[in-house]
Amino acid sequence: MNQTWLTVLRRDLLLALRRRSDIATTLFFFVIVSSLFPLGIGPEPAVLSSIAPGVLWVAALLAGMISLSRLFAADFADGSLEQMLLAPQPLAWLVSAKIFAHWLVCGLPVVLLAPLIGLQYALPNDALLVLVYSLLLGTPTLSLIGAIGAALTLGVRGSGLLVALLVLPLYIPTLIFGAGAVAASQHGMSAEAHLSLLAAVSLLSLVLAPLATAAALRISVE
Amino acid sequence: MLTAQGLACVRGDRLLFKDLGFVLEAGSLLYVLGENGSGKSSLLRMLCGLLMPEQGEILWAGKSIKSHAEQYLPNLKYLGHLNGLKDDLTALENLQMGARIAGQAVTAAAALAALTAIGIARCSNLPVRVLSQGQKRRVALAALWLSRSPLWILDEPFAALDVAATEVLAARISEHLAAGGMTILTSHQDVPIQAKSTVSLSLSA
Repeated sequence: MNQTWLTVLRRDLLLALRRRSDIATTLFFFVIVSSLFPLGIGPEPAVLSSIAPGVLWVAALLAGMISLSRLFAADFADGSLEQMLLAPQPLAWLVSAKIFAHWLVCGLPVVLLAPLIGLQYALPNDALLVLVYSLLLGTPTLSLIGAIGAALTLGVRGSGLLVALLVLPLYIPTLIFGAGAVAASQHGMSAEAHLSLLAAVSLLSLVLAPLATAAALRISVE
Repeated sequence: MLTAQGLACVRGDRLLFKDLGFVLEAGSLLYVLGENGSGKSSLLRMLCGLLMPEQGEILWAGKSIKSHAEQYLPNLKYLGHLNGLKDDLTALENLQMGARIAGQAVTAAAALAALTAIGIARCSNLPVRVLSQGQKRRVALAALWLSRSPLWILDEPFAALDVAATEVLAARISEHLAAGGMTILTSHQDVPIQAKSTVSLSLSA
């Protein structure tokens, strides 16, 4: 059972590696969007550091979203999704491997790059650390909830926009707690409460999202 | 043993077929015949559990395939219109990973032997993206040489194949049937396959 899970993970990572432009698109999007704000607003450190948590989180959120429509679309088009549905393992289990691969490819690089971008916003060191923690806890939720949207809009025309409409409202709690954590640490407060809530949302979606995604995929394939 | 009772299929608002039933026993072959659009592929997808029948039920060894999917699916090998191959992986990788996802560990040597059997071994390390339609089909069909599932459901397996490959595949299906397997297939070509019993099921549009 674990072998199959690892195979799906390895397959998706290998495919991402052979199509590096897809990873680069997500990362460049994040870097460029978050770099435009300091250029547009001006080099006022007080202003920049006050908008930093929100801007960085929104950029991470949108970067994760633009890659969502690709999560199942290719597998659907070439028939490998059908084969996955017919695998003896529970579909939700295989889907969780795909979502994890998506996070490794699109979420983790953003987490690692965020402190570098944070420097442009004159964020102090401890706020940078909280930023990394909050993204580390929050970005898996983005992939998990996003997968439900991607599965529901599979095979629908104009699915890219539809995914955004479906998924963005569901991202709001993660955005509030994520940006809140960074803002709290900037104001000298403990970010623990925000981070705990972020972890709770993550765990909840970890349990529920693969099941919902699997159910949505079955409907979409039919 | 696969049993279908009173199946009905509706696509959109069109009734494709109703009251369709058959019993498929070990060693037998079921030919599904019909014009384009008569519901052959829908029937095969139904028998895999990918499509829910409007009415009727499908039983594997006396148990519904819907409620006992975890017992049914290991016994099933389905090959649809789509090959289920990833363009960016090589033929060998596709075959090995596909088998692994279907719950079966396959060594590189075994996968290569399967590709050799259907005459595509020289493309084993090429990404599937560069292969022709017929070559891709052959890679997908090579999985049949690795499959240990007793029930094969094949949608147009001979489409896009040349004469030599068609013969090799027909021989493989005959061998599978002789070993007590079952096969359901659709085809527009008349390919001789030896089976203990052959049943034809005709769908009229």
